[in-house]
Amino acid sequence: MTEGPRIGKDEWVARSGENIERHRLLNAADRVPGWARLVLFCLFVAAIPLVTDDGYVNVIVFDTLIFCLLAIGLNVVVGWGGLLDLGYIAFFGIGAYTYAILSSDKFDIHLTSPLVMVICVVFGALIGLLVGLPSWRLSGDYLAIVTLFVYQIFISIVTNGNDLFGVDLTGGVNGIANIDPFDLFGRGIPVSHEGIFNSNYIYLALGVFVVVFAALYLVNHSRIGRAWRALREDELAAELMGMPTDWLKLLAFAFGAAVASLTGGLFASLKVGVFPESFSLTLLITVYAMLILGGVGSQTGAVLGAVAVYVFLEALRDPDVSGWVFYIAIVLALLLVIRPRWMVAGVLAATVVFGFVVHALAGAIDDTWTTTASPEADSVTRFLDAWVVIPTSPGDSRTIAYVGLVALVLLATTVKGVWRWLALVPTLYLAAFVWENVMSEQPDVTRFVLLGAMLVGVMVTRPSGLLGERRVEIV
Amino acid sequence: MATKLLELKGVSMAFGGLKCVDDLDLHVDEGEIVSAIGPNGAGKTTLFNLVTGVYEPTAGEILFEGESIKGLSPHRITQRGIARTFQTLRLFLNMSVRENVMAAAYGHTKAGVLRSILRTPGMRREEREIRELAEKRLAFFGDRLMGYRWDQPAYSLSYANRRRLEIARATATNPRLLLLDEPAAGMNPKETQEITELISQLRDEGGYTILVIEHDMHVVEGISDRVIALDHGVKIAEGTFEEVATNPRVVEAYLGTGAMERK
Repeated sequence: MTEGPRIGKDEWVARSGENIERHRLLNAADRVPGWARLVLFCLFVAAIPLVTDDGYVNVIVFDTLIFCLLAIGLNVVVGWGGLLDLGYIAFFGIGAYTYAILSSDKFDIHLTSPLVMVICVVFGALIGLLVGLPSWRLSGDYLAIVTLFVYQIFISIVTNGNDLFGVDLTGGVNGIANIDPFDLFGRGIPVSHEGIFNSNYIYLALGVFVVVFAALYLVNHSRIGRAWRALREDELAAELMGMPTDWLKLLAFAFGAAVASLTGGLFASLKVGVFPESFSLTLLITVYAMLILGGVGSQTGAVLGAVAVYVFLEALRDPDVSGWVFYIAIVLALLLVIRPRWMVAGVLAATVVFGFVVHALAGAIDDTWTTTASPEADSVTRFLDAWVVIPTSPGDSRTIAYVGLVALVLLATTVKGVWRWLALVPTLYLAAFVWENVMSEQPDVTRFVLLGAMLVGVMVTRPSGLLGERRVEIV
Repeated sequence: MATKLLELKGVSMAFGGLKCVDDLDLHVDEGEIVSAIGPNGAGKTTLFNLVTGVYEPTAGEILFEGESIKGLSPHRITQRGIARTFQTLRLFLNMSVRENVMAAAYGHTKAGVLRSILRTPGMRREEREIRELAEKRLAFFGDRLMGYRWDQPAYSLSYANRRRLEIARATATNPRLLLLDEPAAGMNPKETQEITELISQLRDEGGYTILVIEHDMHVVEGISDRVIALDHGVKIAEGTFEEVATNPRVVEAYLGTGAMERK
């Protein structure tokens, strides 16, 4: 039976090999052993406080580690268990409030932090088990809605927690302030001394991260991890192959919740105060974005996604950086969309010419419609001011331009042939106008718009995320 | 008389008013290969779903090794020793071929969360055993599922190899009774021939008792010790392949009333 004519020799398999070869660069990351990746990452992070004592940078490093923890925790539930959990941030909040209640002047309880962390993990896991119960009957979108509801319950409880049956538990909208800093068996670690951020917090977060990452990695490479992924792929088949799917779902929820809760405790120890609005839906969506960008199901991907998204978001607070990102993103998008590629140069050149003409016309009609940069400004600023129309008092023109841009983008994507080229030039110019007059002035909104654009771009070119291990859906 | 490994007594399954299986008596003896045949909608797959615990019968009793398994959850039934394949393939597509088989060893292994994190010697040994088991089960299929294919994702396999992998995965649960749902569906003549040989081999070398649903009568003829014909959830014939194939009720079920007269 082993020796037979080779009927139906699978070309599929052969081609799959080729495919893997083609993405060798990205797959090379897969071949580096897990521990080596972890060590490299840790060395890099640990070196940052040694290089700079800039408090702003160091806090970003700490927060990035917090997000890394959140992302690898969410990866257990969503990436391995395949359970869409929209209540995830509630567990982060539960951990933070647990730390705040057990380690502050609020009730005058001051437990040592390692003990509080253990309580955070156990308490979070228990609540996770409870929240996981609906997953026995619900899947997909339905489970997502129910867990979102759990999140809402959490927010309701903490915002109204200043009068829970006559007890002030959470301080309501005012939250809990003056939380103790991390306390190692009586030896407190101050958040800052002499106004400089205490980099021990980075090492603390890094330590927690390493332990959690390694633990999750080991669980994933065991029968439980395999069963989780089998459950994600096909619940019925997993059950029929002898895996107790109900229990595995609860376990996945408990793991995710425990990691989020622990992270919450760590977060609270640095932030000195916890408030309901720290646990917003935006935070949930950001963590999901990190996981999806990095590749759902890949632990390294989750970390990569967390670092990329958070550093990106922070960098975009600076309008200069975000301007560069905006223009580079547009050129990249054109390179992706326009065929043949040399047409990109044509379109860009036409846009530049178009811009100077419009600028000259606007300047000729009314002086206040344009701005002239001072001669000391750098060349980029001078070019932009000579090219983009920047009215001194924009008024309603900003709103009109914004709406017009949306209309033009729709037009440019619907029309065909030569009309598309004609529509593209004013669209690009209007985009620059909107950027310089509207978006660059509101970095808080803009950075999320740009993050969205980046996600769309990555998802189009690599649907499974940077290091995603899920490659096909059930066919 | 051989011992009855699986026995169904008066099993009925109704969805609302629709009776898919009606008062069915059936048994599979230790070491037997039994085929279930019947036209589409006869209740064959429902029979599998009842035995594996996907549905709980509305009436009747299901015994495995003399003990009732009615009402047990599917994974418990699998752990008792019944494994199945699916008519519409249900592999863990985004896991590697080897992992597909390793995952199915869950029921008869023990390492929990803590032991997995601590990588205790017992856990490592168990993990090694699961790996060896998976490789042994895959090696059963000769060079069809060998070597380099083990680390490829299951979705990269050809259709026929997916069917083979389903069987390998089912055997990794260490079953006594193997339920095969249309193992030769969609296969070319050569592959069908291979599957026919393979099913006999599974019994002779693997030691499994086999209940198989099959539409391809050449396969049924080639493998069956006994054939059971179902129609509208009722057993209409039972016996050797020749007996069942020439039974007027079976011919009628497949070809319609009057078929015998016209013939």
